[in-house]
Amino acid sequence: MSEITYLEAIREALFEEMERDENVFCLGEDIGAYGGAFKVTEGLMAKYGEERVIDTPISEAAIIGAAAGAAHMGMRPVCEMQFIDFISTGYDMLTNYVATARYRAMLPCPMVVRGPSGGYVRGGPFHSQNPEAAFLHTPGLKIVYPATASDAKGLMKSAIRDEDCVLYFEHKYLYRRIKEEMPAGDHTVPIGKARVAREGKDISIITYAATVWKALEAAEQVEKEDGLSVEVVDLRTLLPMDDEAIVATVKKTNRVLIVHEDTRTGGVAGEIAARINETCFEWLDAPVLRITAADVPLPYSPPLEDYVLPQTLDIVTGIRKLASY
Amino acid sequence: MHGDTLTPVRAMLSPDVRLELYYYMRLTRTLEERLVNLYRQTKVVGGLFRSLGQEACAVGSAFALDRSKGDILSPLIRNLGSMLVQGAKPAEIIRQYMAKGDSPTRGRELNIHYGDLVRGFVGQISHLGDMVPVMAGVSLSFKMRKQDRVALVYVGDGATSTGAFHEGINFAAVQRCPLVVVVENNGYAYSTPLRKQTAAKQLVDKAIGYGIAGERADGNDVLAAYEVTKRAVDRARAGGGVTLIELVTYRRKGHAEHDNQSYVPAGEIDKWAAENDPIDRYVKRMLTEGLVKEDELKTIDAQIGAEIDRATDEAEASPMPEPDDALVGVYADPAVIPPLWFREGVKSAVEVNERPSSWGTHDV
Repeated sequence: MSEITYLEAIREALFEEMERDENVFCLGEDIGAYGGAFKVTEGLMAKYGEERVIDTPISEAAIIGAAAGAAHMGMRPVCEMQFIDFISTGYDMLTNYVATARYRAMLPCPMVVRGPSGGYVRGGPFHSQNPEAAFLHTPGLKIVYPATASDAKGLMKSAIRDEDCVLYFEHKYLYRRIKEEMPAGDHTVPIGKARVAREGKDISIITYAATVWKALEAAEQVEKEDGLSVEVVDLRTLLPMDDEAIVATVKKTNRVLIVHEDTRTGGVAGEIAARINETCFEWLDAPVLRITAADVPLPYSPPLEDYVLPQTLDIVTGIRKLASY
Repeated sequence: MHGDTLTPVRAMLSPDVRLELYYYMRLTRTLEERLVNLYRQTKVVGGLFRSLGQEACAVGSAFALDRSKGDILSPLIRNLGSMLVQGAKPAEIIRQYMAKGDSPTRGRELNIHYGDLVRGFVGQISHLGDMVPVMAGVSLSFKMRKQDRVALVYVGDGATSTGAFHEGINFAAVQRCPLVVVVENNGYAYSTPLRKQTAAKQLVDKAIGYGIAGERADGNDVLAAYEVTKRAVDRARAGGGVTLIELVTYRRKGHAEHDNQSYVPAGEIDKWAAENDPIDRYVKRMLTEGLVKEDELKTIDAQIGAEIDRATDEAEASPMPEPDDALVGVYADPAVIPPLWFREGVKSAVEVNERPSSWGTHDV
């Protein structure tokens, strides 16, 4: 079996799920004839036709709302946000309608909303966002954000099969930069389960998406230069959060650095820190620290973007501060 | 108007069906009047929304759907009548208003915000216009599965100003979904009159922009509401796509029961009540046509009164929800959200002394 990219892994999952279940269909802007802005859905329309691969008007609220209506009727829609930045125009539909449907009206919404996310690509304020924290706060939604190609495939298949709405963030920096051989057979990855990306005993980094790779680089560096053994936990799913995995790594290393690419205030890291504080405070030998983006809209120019987003060196700095505490 | 010219359909209605139209309009009004009584007795926990004077819109249009084919509608707050036509029961409605534990939403949602896919209605949310994309999706699923079904969504004049209305109707139009969009123009969105809502001369004009059929009818004439909707439903079922229907009516009560309607010009409400009440008009017509006798109508009214009495008794006897049922059903898995640490083993969250008696409306 040959290696495929993170992007190809997502596409492979879409093909396999559309083949497996005729209720699965895709809808979004330019996803059909053009194959999507990043070509994630390339080839889907040729195989499954215009009925199951729907090129929509520029209408995120209609895409998400129509997906919800179809999902009530037993369909399994997969919505593409051309850039995840545009999910904000469907925020009302997702948070008020979709997220509450099961609870207040006993209406299931088995649907996926996916889209290219994240920075490090000089995309500027509206093609680089990480809006996961805006939805972490909404009961009724699930959020996944894979860092590896095999997780990208396995989580997409699980998301499509899930009985609730899953927001599937895919990191565009990783699309074509990482490759992996896919596990054989019907490969799924459970939603709600983190993964230990690197074992360690001195310090834990809890992170997800592109910064998993930066955390791994930093861990290598401090192992060589400082002799520190760093564990990297890749959350994979943000909602529901894998509290067991978080507690397990805290109890193992007693020092925690949380890293994410999103801005700092009200971010996912704050939630993780609060959970650690409430559940395993007495296991900590140092305060929980955060490495995140600065609280600014993401700027375009390379020196600016590089300065705002968390870099490997920042993570190294964080590890060293924790180690010296 | 640029709808197809079809044979008038009202001739197809049998005398029995025409009496049913009366029954459902009268049932709607009597049920709402009972809810007003319960509201004044502080037994309704939240607000109360009336459709007084608009019953013909909901009942006439809903009758145009085919329940045997599995057609589905999504009502708005003033479309109680459409839900009753689809099979909603008065006791369910009263339980909803009273926030009972055995109400269709088990106390999670208010008033007529509930649905049942089996009986063919999808519960609305408060964000006006949002049900248009959702029902576009319901009708899209009918089209994809080649089912012979039609979806109908109600909005008010105010919702035509929302982005969701525009996106949903446009998407459904492009996809030629079997969808009927009924705009019930009752003159006011809360306190805002139509002239402050849109510069369009009439709301049906919006259909042209979407490239869909548009129809406009007297919403206080139940047969006209039926006929125009039936034409749209037939068009949708035949693959003719979306129709926008404007039903012209008038909201005689406030946005909700608390609203004193200070913004309404003097005499306007009385004029509509005296001259253009949909039930009065329909009764007059049936009597003139010899379809029914006055005492027969009295018998129907008495039956409805007894039905509402029974429903009220049932609903009043229903229990309030168990507090910890609040944690059930956010997700399919996990089905129950674990209680917060400070609620472990705690059944009721509120001490007696935390709730001044003037706050509570459910501590019966």
